[in-house]
Amino acid sequence: MAKTKVKVPVKKQSFGVYMKRYWQLYLLLALPVIYLIVFKYVPMVYVQIAFKKYNITKSPWVMPWAKNNGMEYFIKAFSNPDFRRALRNTIGLNLLDLVIGFPIPIIFALILNELVFTRFKKVVQTITYMPHFLSWVIIYGLAIQLFAPSTGLVNMLITNLGGTAVPFLNDTAHWVGTYIFLGVWQSFGWNSIVYLAAIAGINSELYEAASVDGAGRFQKMWHITLPGIKPTIVILLIMAIGNILGSGFDRPFALQNNLVMDWAEVISTYVYRAGIKGLQFSLTTAVGLFQSVVGVIFLLGANALSRKLGERGLW
Amino acid sequence: MKVKSLSGKIGDWVFVIICVIISLLCILPMINLLARSLSGTDYLVRHEIYLLPKGINFDAYTTVLKDPKYIRAFLYTVVLTIVCTVFSLFMTTICAYPLIFPGLKGRGFVNVMITITMFFNAGTIPNYLLMQKIGFLDKPIVLIVPYCLSVYNMIIMRSFFYGIPDSLRESAEIDGASYLRILWSIYVPLSKPVLATLALFYAVGRWNGYSDALMYIKKNEFYPLQLLLYNVLNNINSVEVATQEGFSTPGLSDSLKAAIVMFSTIPILCIYPFLQKYFIHGVMVGAVKE
Repeated sequence: MAKTKVKVPVKKQSFGVYMKRYWQLYLLLALPVIYLIVFKYVPMVYVQIAFKKYNITKSPWVMPWAKNNGMEYFIKAFSNPDFRRALRNTIGLNLLDLVIGFPIPIIFALILNELVFTRFKKVVQTITYMPHFLSWVIIYGLAIQLFAPSTGLVNMLITNLGGTAVPFLNDTAHWVGTYIFLGVWQSFGWNSIVYLAAIAGINSELYEAASVDGAGRFQKMWHITLPGIKPTIVILLIMAIGNILGSGFDRPFALQNNLVMDWAEVISTYVYRAGIKGLQFSLTTAVGLFQSVVGVIFLLGANALSRKLGERGLW
Repeated sequence: MKVKSLSGKIGDWVFVIICVIISLLCILPMINLLARSLSGTDYLVRHEIYLLPKGINFDAYTTVLKDPKYIRAFLYTVVLTIVCTVFSLFMTTICAYPLIFPGLKGRGFVNVMITITMFFNAGTIPNYLLMQKIGFLDKPIVLIVPYCLSVYNMIIMRSFFYGIPDSLRESAEIDGASYLRILWSIYVPLSKPVLATLALFYAVGRWNGYSDALMYIKKNEFYPLQLLLYNVLNNINSVEVATQEGFSTPGLSDSLKAAIVMFSTIPILCIYPFLQKYFIHGVMVGAVKE
């Protein structure tokens, strides 16, 4: 009986009736929408200073155009050795992260999935999620204590065993290794959650049928588990490729030091130094815009490619 | 279940051993740090500290706890984190809830508005110029408001809301409950798991974040703990520290640094294991959002 009452004839609703029903929802939505406009969309107005001569007293709309049809700062950025270095390092470090850091959580999830002792599995998960909750400053603090040339734990072990100390943090090539290692260390446990969830969604009858057919542990992994989580892998891979020019700020900034800057300076830290510290606003806005646009292009490209290869893609 | 063969059992144990090694890799750095923070200076200078402290003392911790600078930064960051988390949860809820009503006009527009921000970000400098323009620079509010709504977290919450049966909402509506009332009496109580997860995400983000403070705040008194820690680790203002506290020997300074790192890590490490069963779900929803 109640059900018939709810069926309000939607088409004939007047504006007043509609608002009487929904005004509270608009009230709720008002604050988030204002937030989005002010903190996400108003900054986009400032993006145009990438094409203009920055002037602190003027609004971005009336600032004079930069030279070369407004492209002056893009040309300047690409002829600037500091930016080129940051661009090279960003791509290099992200590619290493992708090649080394991307498969490890998948492998770890496969390993976890093989554990038969539930309680033990829980403990392993709790421990391996821990690094995700540490800030990069804290990880840097840990890294000093572990990798410092003479006082670090690892080098103490190496020298005690008769080796020579390794400059993990103070030499460019070693620093890159440390940077990648710490990145994997911080995130592999956390990133494995998604894959574990995907594995949990695989139909268990497949495994039983495979067992009946005499498939071994690794055959099941290869022929059932991996194909089962392939859509998840593809989605995360697309997002990782879309992020190839993106670089978080916290990790590189916390870990870099003057001795390794040649390989450690990335776009985000370059923008901070040249922009906020160096006040070259137009130049660094141009750099940021380049970074965002390339990010979108890569994301769309990776998505198109994956759809072409017969995967679902992001959308 | 079939009985496992011997090779199958050996295989099980191989995986156990691999997992033990991986877990040790995660936890040993923390143990080393703890040992250093508790050890006597002489042992540290002589490089004798591995995983167990020697000459146990709490000098480093007493130094940290006696220093008003650290206590102040700690309390300030605790307050900041709580305010930030509560405000962010509020914003996330009031953004996610209206978007689950199919009949709401303008819903599609807001969704598009939100999606665009996921793909395109104005960048560091435009954001900085905005903070400057609206007078947020050098004020603690800049650490609370600009990042109070994470689109990813909003999507997690919206998916959770979608999972709550519409019939609950409809029957409450028939009983004359307003939409606000339905949010407060039905959706919020049923959403405790997702609220706990997002509270953890927001709290960890604020507790661990330092880049916004680095960019937007110049006054030392508004530095959150992590930024203070960064400066301590890099010996920024080291002259002041050395003369004030009178420690110039690397040993004491090392154990002090270890103690400060421990001090700023412990709150998070105490909380996250209790929320594990919730956040695993949150991560899953976030990943398969489409």
